[in-house]
Amino acid sequence: MHLYVLRRLLMTVPVLLGLTVIVFLIMSLIPGDPALAILGSYATPENLARLRADLGLDLSLPQQYWVWLTNILQGDFGRSYHLNRPVLDEVLERFGATLILAGTSLALCVVIGAAAGIVSAVRQYGWADRIITLLVLIGISVPAFWLGMLMILLFAVELRWLPVSGMYSIYGGGDLPDLLRHLVLPAIALAVVAAGVIARLTRSNMLEVLRQDYIRTARAKGLDENRVILGHAFKVALVNLIPVIGVQAGFVIGGAVYIETVFQWPGIGRMLVNAISTRDILLVQGGVLVVAASYVLFNLCADLLQYWLDPRIKA
Amino acid sequence: MIRSLALPKGLGLSALALAVAGLSAPLAAQTPPNVLVVGQIAEPQSLDPAQVTAVNDFRIMMNMYDGLVRYADGTLEVEPALASEWQISDDGTVYTFTLRDDVRFHDGSAFDAEAVVFHFERMLDEAHPYHDTGPFPLAFFFESIDSVEASGEHEVTFTLDEPYAPFLSNLAYPTGLIVSPAAVQEHGDDFGRNPSGTGAFQFEEWQSNSRVIASANPDYWDGAPALEAVVFRPITDANTRVAEMMAGGIDLMVEVPPDNVAQFAEDPMYAVSEQAGPHLWFLILNTREGPFADQRMRQAINYAIDKESLVDNILEGTATVAAGPIPPAFEWAYNEELEPYPYDPDRARELIAEAGHEGAELTFYVTEGGSGMLDPIPMGSAIQADLADVGLDVSIETYEWNTFLGEVNPGLEGKADMAQMAWMTNDPDTLPFLALRSDAMPDQGGFNSGYYSNPEVDELLERARRSVDQDERAKLYKEMQAIVHEDAPWAFVANWKQNAVSSAAVENFRLQPSFFLLLHEVSKP
Repeated sequence: MHLYVLRRLLMTVPVLLGLTVIVFLIMSLIPGDPALAILGSYATPENLARLRADLGLDLSLPQQYWVWLTNILQGDFGRSYHLNRPVLDEVLERFGATLILAGTSLALCVVIGAAAGIVSAVRQYGWADRIITLLVLIGISVPAFWLGMLMILLFAVELRWLPVSGMYSIYGGGDLPDLLRHLVLPAIALAVVAAGVIARLTRSNMLEVLRQDYIRTARAKGLDENRVILGHAFKVALVNLIPVIGVQAGFVIGGAVYIETVFQWPGIGRMLVNAISTRDILLVQGGVLVVAASYVLFNLCADLLQYWLDPRIKA
Repeated sequence: MIRSLALPKGLGLSALALAVAGLSAPLAAQTPPNVLVVGQIAEPQSLDPAQVTAVNDFRIMMNMYDGLVRYADGTLEVEPALASEWQISDDGTVYTFTLRDDVRFHDGSAFDAEAVVFHFERMLDEAHPYHDTGPFPLAFFFESIDSVEASGEHEVTFTLDEPYAPFLSNLAYPTGLIVSPAAVQEHGDDFGRNPSGTGAFQFEEWQSNSRVIASANPDYWDGAPALEAVVFRPITDANTRVAEMMAGGIDLMVEVPPDNVAQFAEDPMYAVSEQAGPHLWFLILNTREGPFADQRMRQAINYAIDKESLVDNILEGTATVAAGPIPPAFEWAYNEELEPYPYDPDRARELIAEAGHEGAELTFYVTEGGSGMLDPIPMGSAIQADLADVGLDVSIETYEWNTFLGEVNPGLEGKADMAQMAWMTNDPDTLPFLALRSDAMPDQGGFNSGYYSNPEVDELLERARRSVDQDERAKLYKEMQAIVHEDAPWAFVANWKQNAVSSAAVENFRLQPSFFLLLHEVSKP
């Protein structure tokens, strides 16, 4: 077990390294110049050349990458050209915000998705199933940013129940209830699609499991229906759901880009979009590294959880 | 039996509904009195005036710092600020400023001649110990400075290497806002996030992607501001900015999308302000090769584009039709006699036929967005359609802003016939001097990407720059505008009107032709 975890963790190193090489290459291949992005439309060739030299952009690509890599290994992620601030400070601050949003959203979509899937499967072809299936279809099809805009208009502008945007109130606030108030709308908007996916999978998995002989046996023994569904059927269906939830975690972090823009959530998705458009290579690298590492970790956790839940894997 | 629903219905949803109801208990949607919350279009890059190039950042800094001079309210003409008076030598190369002696920086250090010297040498002198706290992209505004000396405790003397008329208005620009040397020494590279100036509001806090807070400077030399504090919130998405305005989360927003201006204008809860600014939206035409080497073709383009329709329909009245290379906001230098090229497709067809370029194929560079570019893609498509109307076959190539600048600034030769461009400037000299002179070709570090060259224009611009007499400069600029209008190296399209929406509680707010946001006089009881 420990060996397995260790091996998985070690395997992430080449994955992350390869990823940074690819990101570095893509950032170098797309046209546009960080120096130009900093100096703006007034940039003269002379100033550009000087700034490129200052930033180390006049080195060859492999040299630039090598400098970056050796600095990273010493814990130095560099300074963002555009924000004029250490990359690590910015990335960690922003990633924390994204984790709060994505984590809440993931919890919401797992709970709602699984509950809807179970109800749907238990009452297959009943009215609850039909309504849930319809809602799931709508949920999967609606673009999250559009749903977010509608929710803002209804709950923030018309009803004034919740704030429009941001993570904390501009004055006062800053405590947990304040954070939760700001979290409700973006977390729901972000959860909808993933909840739909999880609901569908839960339903099909549950349907399959409910047809198994041992479920009939359990019922024949006169076991309480709740225990049959949650204790016997769902536990088995969950084994197949765990890896999907791992993938959805990545999806939620990725989808956060749109939601963070609509709700002005100070997360890492919006940071990356800005960093790419300003050609802030160091910031992009740092951000991608952290997001990718977390993605790898989530999947590792999902695998471990599955390993722990499913006795067959141990054998 | 199997159908018996064993689970409580919609447990998750009802729990969520309860949670929402609990959390949403009386939410103070309105902002507190005497605190102005401003919706900005983006996170500032830095609050160091020497480093910043974006209007978005200028809006904050103009309230935290002062320059030696500033634009008088509602104009683009300079008046005293940190300097109470100044003398200019007869040859126009020595400027002596007398400084106010009652001013301190927010960090408590004294504002004096040494601080002014520090500010300019930091940007201009590579040997200066704090030159490495840059880069200073707009330092070239002050390139003409040969030396800057403290000729007294409260007297500064600038010596220019040649007469340079825009010098005073450059001093009024954000790059000329004076920073506290003590704060730069203390924070070094991080000064941009720990700014200290002499302005009406002093920096309190910058929370990344959330807010910048500045509080009133009670000792402000020009009178303490009426507001207690200003909060600048970056809200990049225009729809979200509008929603915040409607929900009462912000008191003032700039760059309102044209679609929403009418809606706010009809509502008595809001006031809409508009102000034409020193902005020009134009098409650079490649005068070196291809059809636009012929002046008749360049004029034909100017006739063929329906500028009224662009301004009314695409920009929905947020701009006016441009007549020439200098925007009307520079009242003193603007040639009133100049009329925009009328929309006249027949005249355009005649000129195209005369030039023998019927059905010419043209490459048109369009950008996706960018500083001052307004609505570039719809504008590009509308222009393409207008030109198709007069028989020109235009193919559009679209680039993201940085890439676009990387393609256009080095010149259009061998690549394109025309390109969109927009400039916002602070002096009538800037744009033509940097983008229309024979000595401003891209390979000489200029921005004349269409290679326009007319010795008469060169001469007029050189003379205007050397003259210290504003009336004489005005005459020269007017002459230059008439020539450029006729030569048509560009298609002159639009001058942007900046807009802002404020809530009814905001008093004494007005937009400035400089596009700066000045909040010193604003109150919100």
